Amino acid sequence: MLEVRNLHATVAGKEVLRGIDLTVRAGEVHAIMGPNGSGKSTFASVLAGSPRYEVTAGEVTFLGEDLLGKSVEERAREGLFLGFQYPVEIPGVSMANFMKAAVAERRKHLGEEPLTSAEFLRMMREKAAIVELDSKLVSRSVNEGFSGGEKKKNEIFQMAMLSPKLAVLDETDSGLDIDALRIVATGVEKLRRPDNATVLITHYQRLLDYIVPDFVHVLYKGRIIYSGDKELAVKLEHEGYDWLINEHQ
Amino acid sequence: MEENNKLLEDLAGQDYKYGFVTDIDTDTIPRGLNERIVRAISEKKGEPAWMTEYRLRAYRHWLTMTPPRWAHLEIPEIDFQDIIYYAAPRTDPKYKSMDEVDPELKATFDKLGIPLEEQMALAGVAVDAVMDSVSVKTTYKETLADLGIVFCSMSEAIRDYPELVRKYLGSVVPYTDNFYAALNAAVFSDGSFCYIPKGVRCPMELSTYFRINAAGTGQFERTLIVADEGAYVSYLEGCTAPRRDENQLHAAVVEIVVLKDAEVKYSTVQNWYPGDREGRGGIYNFVTKRGICKGDNARLSWTQVETGSAITWKYPSCILAGDNSVGEFYSVAMTNHFQQADTGTKMIHIGRNTRSRIVSKGISAGKSQNSYRGLVRIAKGADGAKNYSQCDSLLLGDKCGAHTFPYLESSNPTAVVEHEATTSKISEEQLYYCNQRGLSTEDAVALIVGGYAREVLGKLPMEFAVEAQKLLSISLEGSVG
Repeated sequence: MLEVRNLHATVAGKEVLRGIDLTVRAGEVHAIMGPNGSGKSTFASVLAGSPRYEVTAGEVTFLGEDLLGKSVEERAREGLFLGFQYPVEIPGVSMANFMKAAVAERRKHLGEEPLTSAEFLRMMREKAAIVELDSKLVSRSVNEGFSGGEKKKNEIFQMAMLSPKLAVLDETDSGLDIDALRIVATGVEKLRRPDNATVLITHYQRLLDYIVPDFVHVLYKGRIIYSGDKELAVKLEHEGYDWLINEHQ
Repeated sequence: MEENNKLLEDLAGQDYKYGFVTDIDTDTIPRGLNERIVRAISEKKGEPAWMTEYRLRAYRHWLTMTPPRWAHLEIPEIDFQDIIYYAAPRTDPKYKSMDEVDPELKATFDKLGIPLEEQMALAGVAVDAVMDSVSVKTTYKETLADLGIVFCSMSEAIRDYPELVRKYLGSVVPYTDNFYAALNAAVFSDGSFCYIPKGVRCPMELSTYFRINAAGTGQFERTLIVADEGAYVSYLEGCTAPRRDENQLHAAVVEIVVLKDAEVKYSTVQNWYPGDREGRGGIYNFVTKRGICKGDNARLSWTQVETGSAITWKYPSCILAGDNSVGEFYSVAMTNHFQQADTGTKMIHIGRNTRSRIVSKGISAGKSQNSYRGLVRIAKGADGAKNYSQCDSLLLGDKCGAHTFPYLESSNPTAVVEHEATTSKISEEQLYYCNQRGLSTEDAVALIVGGYAREVLGKLPMEFAVEAQKLLSISLEGSVG
């Protein structure tokens, strides 16, 4: 589904990704961990096509096609979803209108008929229930006045609405209390299907109590320096990254 | 000679070309302005002597005035002697049905998205379509007539309802008010007149579509709306103009009189040609709109969506004379490219317990300049008067300007006046977030702007709100990226 080869990227002339290789197949969940500043969020942003970063080398294919030449919205319509670490507020635009426009674009891309208003509203209700998102929030402006936890739930709600092929969740667990974490994580788990895949970018092993990853990767200084299975996450939780970093250097 | 003219007319009436400028022969008078021209206009329209005199008094007063220069606008010198002050399409006599309407005229309306038939059938809107300066089509007149409602062209009103016109014309906007109001009073070509009798609720939205057509012809519309005691009317005005290189002056006057317990809602979607991307051409829209809540408990509400014109100078205002009367002003003013707008309102509180509400949403893009200018005046006797003003500005890009000029003059210590203002920008982060959900940048901007303007658009009648939202997106084309 996703093939990343020797990916290099810079921000303001500084190299932050220094040769990432990663293969994600349908049905898999990958966790990317690593110390602060290792390039985790940059990696997520580069996949989504953020204009802040410049790709200087390497290639990425998504669903068999070159990804890097495509615009942010083209990637999204093809089924690449980014769960934002810091979701953006858009005053005046209701969640319902926002999602209506987004779902319409995705369906158009898939060659599906537009939903009727009734179908759309039903879908909103169903998907909001997955993350226990207060249905009142969907009539409010996008992320405006949402608590930290509500914003993160809202990201997963949007993911559920758009049913992406690949979801990259950028520190969706950060800033969540234990209940919100459980809700968000089980929400993601419920959306797991054999034909989609998830890349979880996380600091903490605790998210992985709810979502069991097939692979755990450690990103350090812009490279994946170690890959393992879910046991690796547990080990990292107890022993930190130092042993890996020392081994790497 | 007469036969020759008739032959020419017939030929002109048959030979139509395609193109956005409607090829209808217009009956014009020479360029320039003097007493002879004023008399000629009045004569062409077959007006009574009192009207001619009124025009002449206005003209003479106009000569003593100078164009206002206080607005935050750069207005090129206008040669008032280089303007044709009257043009009437040769479409008389008027038609009884749509079949009789000039096909070229119909095609023009279609291009503007104003299918008369559909509107008549679907929306139940009575349309008094003003093509150039003379009313061409009035519908639903009979239905309205049954209720005693008068909805006709100003020319007809002067002829058929002289006592009403004489009583109210110039009573809210006297020709001494300002330079352009004086000019309008002297040369106005036509416009709409509406009278709702005592206790009558007008069952349909009244609508007039204005359009400038003849090249180099100024458009001077005059609108007068009178709601008698306990009456109600919702009036829609929408206008749009074809592309044109020459600057065109548009100086309309709208007067509204709201008597005791009556209510008038006046909505405008303004889409005059704004000039091209380099700022060439475009309409100068210098408009005086004012209403008076004359009786107690009267209500007047202005809603405007302004997207067009090269230069806009416009302050729909309310004089709240009756006790407990209410004035409202809801505005979305969008400027793009090199457009300039200086628009806002005046709320003049005279009666006791009068209330007013101002919601102004400015949107600036490109290299445009967008100013809100609003006056809230509380007179000495206006005990318990209340005003709430909210002025928001939204900036797209960093080459445009947004300005707010609020004026407050309160002579009554019991008055409560609140003013809130915000300025915001559409951020890169917002656009990126929308892009990541699959929206193109243009769609994202349209969505965000639509959301920003929602409170005002929501005040428009449904079908107008949809049209206005579309217009906002269209007007933003080319403003991003």
